[in-house]
Amino acid sequence: MNIPAGWQIDIGLEIHAQLNTKSKIFSGASTLFGSDPNSQASAVDLALPGVLPVVNEAVYAKAIRFGLGVSADISRVSAFDRKNYFYPDLPKGYQITQMDLPIVSGGHIDILLQDSTEKRIRITRAHLEEDAGKSLHEAFDRYTGIDLNRAGTPLLEIVSEPDIKSAFEAVAYARKIHQLVTYLNICDGDMSQGSLRFDANVSVRREDSATLGVRTETKNLNSFRFLERAIYYETVRQIDRLEAGRSVTQETRLYDHNKDETRPMRSKETATDYRYFPEPDLLPVIITDETIAKIKAEMPELPTQRQQRFIEDFNLAATDAALLANDRNLADYFEATIKNSQDPILSANWIKVELLGHLNRDAVSITDSPISAIQLGDLVALIQAGTISGKIAKDVFAALWTGETSSAATYIQQHGLQQLSDPSTLEPLIFDILKANPKQLEQLRSGKDKLMGFFVGQVMKQTQGKANPQEVNSIINRLLQEAV
Amino acid sequence: MITKQELSVLGDLAQLSLDPDSRDSTLQAINEVLELVAIMNTAECDGVKPLAHPLEAEQLLRSDKVTEVNQVAKFSQAAPLFEEGLYLVPKVIE
Amino acid sequence: MNLNNATITELHKLLTDKAISATELTQHFLSRIAESDSEINSFITITPEVAIAEAKAADLVLAKGQHTMLTGIPMAHKDIFCIEDIRTTAGSKILADFIAPYTSTCIEKLRHAGTVTLGKTNMDEFAMGSSNESSYFGPVHNPWDKTKVPGGSSGGSAASLAACLCVASTGTDTGGSIRQPASMCGLTGLKPTYGRISRWGMIAFASSLDQAGCFTRTAEDAAILLEHMAGHDSKDSTSLNLAVPEFTAALSEPLAGLKVGICSDYFKEGLEPEVENLVMDGIKELAKMGAEVVEIELPHTKFSLSAYYVIAPAECSANLSRYDGVRYGYRCKDPENLEDLYKRSRSEGFGSEVKKRIMVGAFALSAGYYDAYYRKAQQLRRLIKNDFVSAFEQVDVIVGPTAPGTAFPLGAKTNDPVSMYLQDIYTIAASLAGVPAISIPVGLSKGMPVGLQLIGNYLEEAKLLRVAHQFQQQTNWHQQQPQRNLL
Repeated sequence: MNIPAGWQIDIGLEIHAQLNTKSKIFSGASTLFGSDPNSQASAVDLALPGVLPVVNEAVYAKAIRFGLGVSADISRVSAFDRKNYFYPDLPKGYQITQMDLPIVSGGHIDILLQDSTEKRIRITRAHLEEDAGKSLHEAFDRYTGIDLNRAGTPLLEIVSEPDIKSAFEAVAYARKIHQLVTYLNICDGDMSQGSLRFDANVSVRREDSATLGVRTETKNLNSFRFLERAIYYETVRQIDRLEAGRSVTQETRLYDHNKDETRPMRSKETATDYRYFPEPDLLPVIITDETIAKIKAEMPELPTQRQQRFIEDFNLAATDAALLANDRNLADYFEATIKNSQDPILSANWIKVELLGHLNRDAVSITDSPISAIQLGDLVALIQAGTISGKIAKDVFAALWTGETSSAATYIQQHGLQQLSDPSTLEPLIFDILKANPKQLEQLRSGKDKLMGFFVGQVMKQTQGKANPQEVNSIINRLLQEAV
Repeated sequence: MITKQELSVLGDLAQLSLDPDSRDSTLQAINEVLELVAIMNTAECDGVKPLAHPLEAEQLLRSDKVTEVNQVAKFSQAAPLFEEGLYLVPKVIE
Repeated sequence: MNLNNATITELHKLLTDKAISATELTQHFLSRIAESDSEINSFITITPEVAIAEAKAADLVLAKGQHTMLTGIPMAHKDIFCIEDIRTTAGSKILADFIAPYTSTCIEKLRHAGTVTLGKTNMDEFAMGSSNESSYFGPVHNPWDKTKVPGGSSGGSAASLAACLCVASTGTDTGGSIRQPASMCGLTGLKPTYGRISRWGMIAFASSLDQAGCFTRTAEDAAILLEHMAGHDSKDSTSLNLAVPEFTAALSEPLAGLKVGICSDYFKEGLEPEVENLVMDGIKELAKMGAEVVEIELPHTKFSLSAYYVIAPAECSANLSRYDGVRYGYRCKDPENLEDLYKRSRSEGFGSEVKKRIMVGAFALSAGYYDAYYRKAQQLRRLIKNDFVSAFEQVDVIVGPTAPGTAFPLGAKTNDPVSMYLQDIYTIAASLAGVPAISIPVGLSKGMPVGLQLIGNYLEEAKLLRVAHQFQQQTNWHQQQPQRNLL
């Protein structure tokens, strides 16, 4: 990405994380994704006359967990406010949010820069609010259809200071937040379903300027790639304007991923006075020290902690530990695999190479893996025990992947794939092969070690790959010494 | 007291249209209310914490359970324009 | 006994003695409504089929002996309470055809106790008014004098009871909307402590001020109704998480030793002399009954009207944003775009008083004005509350006039909105503080009823009802009837 010289960028991110509670923040309707339109919009979500909100206790526990995870201050008194504006996906004509007394203040996230140094990005605040419904513009010719299933889903809005100075840093920060909220089990992190969305506030200024420039806000970015592209586009657009002597307008914009550009939002709500005031239908929530202590005690392991444990307890190399700990679902898969296989290093290798290879090839996520951790664990255990060779194991893996079999043990049995390790079976076979290849035998005897590979290969061919390579090696060496 | 310009802004904020005939009387009516409440300016309130709720009580939290069932058939009966499970408004271009 | 002006207590005896059936009683009142309401216009929707069905069910319950004090009692409900499958309008064109898909908690409780639903009563649009002249469904006429207003916003609930078209009725009180019409119609009108009765299903005007309450002929009836209407509701976060006291238990305890406070701020200019005299007579009566009259100060009273006319419009401006023609309610014809849909639906659907208050509210909350208006008003609110807290350290109840005058002629204050707002000058402070208050009849001035207001400390409705009940044992103002009822 080419940013013109002499300019610096200031970026602040607002990340909306949908909290993975079963019911909505202010009503008892389900938060399940993908249901029939308006089938999960209760009277409260529809803003019928006379309805009132009641707060879901789980949202506080999750918000506090986040606060603890970023070393922030947890507010002991927390209250809600009304943010007033009109839009069809906002049934009450106001959003219940936290303006004055957010549940979390301060905190930070450390990111890894390109030069492997760490940089701290400060968090301003994180607060609770309700999500809006969905507007569907494509379904009808002259109308927009409103689905209020999503209205009332709890959101944690995480606001960063403008400490982010490049698209790279923005993505690194966003990835860290994604990792943290999934690790803490407060958000499922499924961006295709809108569980995590980014708003990027971007401004530019000349390198020697002490004050921030006019900023724009690009809303509703729902992938790391779009986040990166939108920031890049905005940066270049703003610099171009300023260099041409024009000014940057403070406005809200949307990213069009088809055209790879941002454009201003047309709805008037973006320029409005929100007239915040305390929500009269909800009373302040008091958080006690006991509550916070209890939540702290029940905190799930954080990514860096897990990574460290993989190194210490399982003797994994640092890079392997980082790879496996990075994604919570992958880390969970890894540990479930070890339960069956009892061999962390071998399991790590198989996940790293074969599993991730297949997942990436077929664009499948770890949570949708056709091979379960239990199945993989069993397979690795069989390799570990010497029942099959590594080479045969790859065939078994492929059969498990396509669903041709659901049990490695059964498949091995059915196809007679057990590794041949018994010397009494192997020795005559190897003896015959040595005898059948006198020239190569002579070369091997005279020190051409690489011919070992030739003989092992022959044995493998003869045994359809089932011979135990270590055993083959050791028998060949013994036979050589016995001077065949 | 508010001006005609401010009245127009309020109309937008509240999504109320002001037809030209009643604009003057509406402006006057609102300014009368503001005159009525102007006495607040004489009150000494330094250091007084605003009272948002008459009861000084704490919010009771409800447990995270799904308690609502699908009532789209019943609720949508009141809708002025409802098709294919969606509430319809004139097309919005974002 | 005349059924028309019988109390709940009296009718309960008739029903349990089987002197009359619930069905007969309901039919009696349905006939009266059909005969007389066209002159009063106290009902927006009459529900005869529902009423008869409920009355029949009540008769079965009575036959089994499983009744409550309220089984078979015909009631009218302010059209601000949602009742499932019944039209609920809030007195507005914007909800003129809205059939509620659920029932408000307090009405559900009353129906569960066996009351019969005669219909939904007329009201000022969205509860904003003091005369019931702003209803989309036409003004209500005071049964005492049809050329006069019944008071508001619960004018229909007051007028229907005063005209003997029901035995009791529900109302809501945000700044005086039960007490003031009770005063103007010669009834007992109770506004409990904020949070005592659930607001679930009660169409919101100003959330931190709205409270449900009732109109009855006697304080004893009010105590019975309150026992059934009150109680914690988990669907209303602002509802009191306390057990419901037995409000009927101590009604007969004598008043000796009770300290009654009077505040000079309630007797300043603007109060009609005859009203003042009747109120003073009422206070003397309390003294005769053993109460000790103490002078108290409520220094911030003079700010209550202004604080109210900032806070209530501010909250209502947000509460009424949901009326946009999208999910229910009035929608304008052929909207060209979204803004047209919103602006025209709302401007055509709302009346002028509602639109005015919405804009005042938007103003009070807007950037640059929030501190001087909304925040200042909330500060004053705390000072007004503190005044009551101090006063109740010295006295048990505070007594004074409910309204500055008697019912005024229809149309008299249409062009003088501020004088309309001044109707609530004595009632507003109790709403801002959230303390309970009751208005009881204390006499007639030129043939029109005058009300005495009693304000109590938080949660002390039982004490208020006791004072009111004792007063009604010693006087008979509450039994006075409009001339027309006796014809």
